[in-house]
Amino acid sequence: MSGQYLAFFVLALIALGGGIFMLNLNKVVHMVVALVFTFVSIAGIYVLLSAEFVAAVQVLIYSGAITIIMLFGIMLTRHQDDGQSTGSPLRKALALLGTVAFGAVMYIGIRTLDFGTEAVGLHENNTEQIGIALYSKYVIPFELTSVLLLVALIGAVILAKKDDKEEGE
Amino acid sequence: MSVPLSAYLVFALLLFCIGLYGALTKRNTVIVLICIELMLNAVNVNLVAFSKYGVNPGITGQLFSLFTITVAAAEVAVGLAILIALYRNRKTIHIDEVDTMKR
Repeated sequence: MSGQYLAFFVLALIALGGGIFMLNLNKVVHMVVALVFTFVSIAGIYVLLSAEFVAAVQVLIYSGAITIIMLFGIMLTRHQDDGQSTGSPLRKALALLGTVAFGAVMYIGIRTLDFGTEAVGLHENNTEQIGIALYSKYVIPFELTSVLLLVALIGAVILAKKDDKEEGE
Repeated sequence: MSVPLSAYLVFALLLFCIGLYGALTKRNTVIVLICIELMLNAVNVNLVAFSKYGVNPGITGQLFSLFTITVAAAEVAVGLAILIALYRNRKTIHIDEVDTMKR
């Protein structure tokens, strides 16, 4: 099925290209926009892996919510020199070396990994399957997630609100 | 013949390496946060790939990736709140100027 290969290569190329552009662009807003391409392409990869619901969630949360909240963070802080002048080149080279070494070791491990199995019927009523599993087998993690989101909401509000006492002094 | 599992895993590995390099070298804290998001995204690709081509293929991997996306969204909200509090107190978001605990 060469169409699947073609779609995979195009989507992977756009995603990795967005990542590379993110590393090399100068303005912070441009970096975030480059990452939107990556997030949308990963949603396409999810569709190839017959996970339509996760693809929709990816588009909504990553390329929607997280990008917008990052743009708000960029707007609310000042960027005078846009931070391209990082530390010493030695530190950069060491980070590159470590990353490449990590990537090489992992690549050797996963190069020929193939279990020979393939799920059938994941794409049929994908959302229904996820809902049934979520509300029967994984109901306790699901409820704990709501507690986590509540804690994050309150914590973010308390952290980011202005401290009135210090303001009065 | 469909795309093999290792192709998805190598793709996720490359995304993870891009995110790791960015998180280690970038100076702007917003970009460091977004690089961490990229690494979490690579992990999600792995989970969904194993949910289709793993040892016991099933819907569970997709559920795990949904939980990861939720935790990542919560993490980004709290991280940005910390960033704004830091900016209000120190007037900087450069990650090498946040070194109070090193002095």
